[in-house]
Amino acid sequence: MVRQADAALAREFGLDADEYAKVLEIMGRPPSVTELGVFSVMWSEHCSYKSSRVHLKQLPTKAPWVVHGPGENAGVVEIGHGLCAVFKMESHNHPSFIEPYQGAATGVGGILRDVFTMGARPIANLNALRFGDPAHPATKRIVDGVVRGIGGYGNCVGVPTVGGEVNFHPAFNGNPLVNAMTVGIAPVDRIFLSAAAGVGNPVVYVGSKTGRDGIHGATMASAEFGADAEAKRPTVQVGDPFTEKLLIEACLELMATDAIVAIQDMGAAGLTSSSVEMAGKGGVGIALDLDAVPQRETGMSAYEMMLSESQERMLMVLRPEREDAARAIFAKWGLDFAVIGRITDSGRIVVRHQGVVEADIPLAPLAEQAPLYQRPTTEAPKPAVLAAARVEDRLGLARGLEVLLACPDLCSRAWVWEQYDSTIGGQTVKRPGAADAAVVRVEGQAMALALTTDCTPRYCAADPEAGGRQAVAEAWRNLTAVGARPLAITDNLNFGNPEKPEVMGAFAAAIRGMASACEALNFPVVSGNVSLYNETEGRAILPTPAIGGLGVIDDAAKAVGIALRPWLDLVLVGATQGWLGQSLWLREIGGREDGAPPPVDLPAERAVGDFVRTQILSGTVRACHDVSDGGLLVAVAEMALAGNVGARLSTGPRDIPGHAYWFGEDQGRYVLAVPDHAAFVRAAEAAGIPAVRIGHSGGAGLTVPDGGTISIASLRAAHERFFPSFMGS
Amino acid sequence: MKAGIVLFPGINRERDMAIALERAAGHAPRMIWHTETELAGLDLIVLPGGFSYGDYLRCGAMAAQAPVMGAVRAHAARGGYVLGVCNGFQILTEAGLLPGALLRNAGLRFISADCHLRVERADTMFAARYQRGAVFRAPMAHGDGNYFADAATLDRLEHEGLVGFRYATATGEVTPAANRNGSARSIAGIYSPNLRVLGLMPHPEDLVDPLLGGVDGAPLFEALAAA
Repeated sequence: MVRQADAALAREFGLDADEYAKVLEIMGRPPSVTELGVFSVMWSEHCSYKSSRVHLKQLPTKAPWVVHGPGENAGVVEIGHGLCAVFKMESHNHPSFIEPYQGAATGVGGILRDVFTMGARPIANLNALRFGDPAHPATKRIVDGVVRGIGGYGNCVGVPTVGGEVNFHPAFNGNPLVNAMTVGIAPVDRIFLSAAAGVGNPVVYVGSKTGRDGIHGATMASAEFGADAEAKRPTVQVGDPFTEKLLIEACLELMATDAIVAIQDMGAAGLTSSSVEMAGKGGVGIALDLDAVPQRETGMSAYEMMLSESQERMLMVLRPEREDAARAIFAKWGLDFAVIGRITDSGRIVVRHQGVVEADIPLAPLAEQAPLYQRPTTEAPKPAVLAAARVEDRLGLARGLEVLLACPDLCSRAWVWEQYDSTIGGQTVKRPGAADAAVVRVEGQAMALALTTDCTPRYCAADPEAGGRQAVAEAWRNLTAVGARPLAITDNLNFGNPEKPEVMGAFAAAIRGMASACEALNFPVVSGNVSLYNETEGRAILPTPAIGGLGVIDDAAKAVGIALRPWLDLVLVGATQGWLGQSLWLREIGGREDGAPPPVDLPAERAVGDFVRTQILSGTVRACHDVSDGGLLVAVAEMALAGNVGARLSTGPRDIPGHAYWFGEDQGRYVLAVPDHAAFVRAAEAAGIPAVRIGHSGGAGLTVPDGGTISIASLRAAHERFFPSFMGS
Repeated sequence: MKAGIVLFPGINRERDMAIALERAAGHAPRMIWHTETELAGLDLIVLPGGFSYGDYLRCGAMAAQAPVMGAVRAHAARGGYVLGVCNGFQILTEAGLLPGALLRNAGLRFISADCHLRVERADTMFAARYQRGAVFRAPMAHGDGNYFADAATLDRLEHEGLVGFRYATATGEVTPAANRNGSARSIAGIYSPNLRVLGLMPHPEDLVDPLLGGVDGAPLFEALAAA
């Protein structure tokens, strides 16, 4: 690289004039190109959270069971029996638009590394996907590539993909969202952190060799796309799940010894962020010799090596006397192992290449003086509440149900999850589609984890605060609906360009909503990721604060699914007002996307959920499903489809129009199948919880209150039509 | 029966297999590293599922050349029992211990779903706890499970009764719809001529616990444990 580092190059690297001035001030001289590269990636939105940090501070992060909250590679919560769950969700939106297969695959690989770098064996993957309008010419190709990529990586590394969500909306046409979540298990006293320590200790590189792939990927992920997005393909990395599998096994084998002082994966900004963060957190210095870095290509410059985002690499600080034993483990697994530096007491990162000092940067100012923006915010006025009585139902309940069950946002996702290995590991108690949350037993234990991802972007677009609150509440509800005790969440905040006040206003409001729900439900945030600049040609996505929820059920045998069995009473728990604003019924049948989204009454949410969970654990509940997209009738139909059994529904209350009662999306509700509704309703009344019998199961059809009966077979045909016909298989 | 599970780099269903074997036998199987060359004292060698060497060449082709395979061949030649599941089945065909090959699924996509298997013969050590013609459920999880062999080989397998399991409906009918990966003659599993080497595409080891949705796979492992 013959170019000199100057303001123009800084701009190309994504630093603005003020930021470049700060670089000059810290360095006291013009930086080298490598140094400028280090500053630019460390100060990119992706690595520095410079626009979001001031808001993220509002989120509750503590609870007695939280071992490590945000700031580590992943969140850690105690689950009992001396074990922890380690989990995080992370976006790979930009790469997945440019190259869907590799973008999604490396998203899975990256989040797996965040979890096993802490000493946890990954036991489950989930993913939250948002695609553009199915009618858009790019959507089919992106769906195909993303689903293949997630499966290709997850299936090969041998971690079951057990849950997730898929939405379609035109706002994601140029900017799909791929949010991947990994959950692992580790002993509570064997958690590995990234803070380096011990002057003179070896800095060890393991895993794949470094190539020229993904250079400046973090910067790419911190900018909007123009029409030239395709030209950015070289910034996307290529995944190697086979090497990842070996890396998992080798790292876990080494972690069973006392060799590791600190460890971090090389994710975004590769060697730069891992070395800077490890040394910075430890308050030490680090000296790297790039000649020792295993390289896949010849003639790589220091800049290229420091900025490469080649996948499947880890950086570790080892006890010097354990170096040989560690080397032997990696040799056994056929992986590169190279001492590429030492920990120093200089407080600086010093990078040498071919005898030349290519970078020499003080670590404290690099971290402490990182840009922090209080961006201007504008919050849109809240939309007016839509009065249900003013919306006419032209289709009736039966036809409306068929239309809803067939629509892309509600139809069967079997086409997607049948490409993901969900049973590997031999612990999957509730597979995709079987329950509101995936249930994965902890090997060798009676307990299981319940896992879910949730967000309703259309609610967030209408009212980001209500939407943020609803996303957290729905995750809590889905965990509750299987009988689990919700413990904590990871969040993946996907928004547009933070330099636009309306985007930043939505961000701030969504965080406020999330924080209120986390607080009220005692459901803290323990890890997360912010993805901004999700815009193509100036059009932002719907605000999407995706929530990954984790809960625990002490006896996995008590978990319930959604599948209906014959001859049970159906009971609706929670209050219904008939809220049609922003409902799928309004959009799919009314052709309107307006009104205020359904509010979440947090004290009621908690009281209803705690009651439902107690009932499930007491063994009185045969099936349970929360009421969400599509409303009550869709919830019952989904239970009927899962159990392949019909149901007969009674007439709803007189004071609510039928379509509002059956298709409204009022929050905080569950449908339960119980053998004895009278006893159940009495228990609910005693607890002050609204509960009403809405019908019973049995037969081969679903009989709706306004008279129609649809056979389960024809409901199933409607439900399963979209994906195979859209994707052509 | 003393069992061992071979670990090739990239294998990933060895834990599932070990759990199923231990559940039936009451003791853990031996784990065998791919560089080992001595397998004395074992009655059954299992090649489990996964993506050996990433399946970056043909599925199973690299593993078939691993040092341990000499010992596996010798074990089979001595009349020892060998079970290859999924990637293990692919390795057995690549190693020449079973005929044919496993091609890309007919739909060109990975399939993770339960299938039903019809037991074509029960007078083998592996199938002894099933009835002939019985149907059991098993998860499948593969991208390359489409069994292929030339017509003469298929005729020979049929004629010699070496087809062990076929994809079928829940009621035991062999139909194109039940044969999702497109396997020739709906073949899901085949035996060696001495009936001691079995290659099977789906995963009975993932259905041995009622909590996980059923115990349809348990009879296979109970038979192995009892033998």
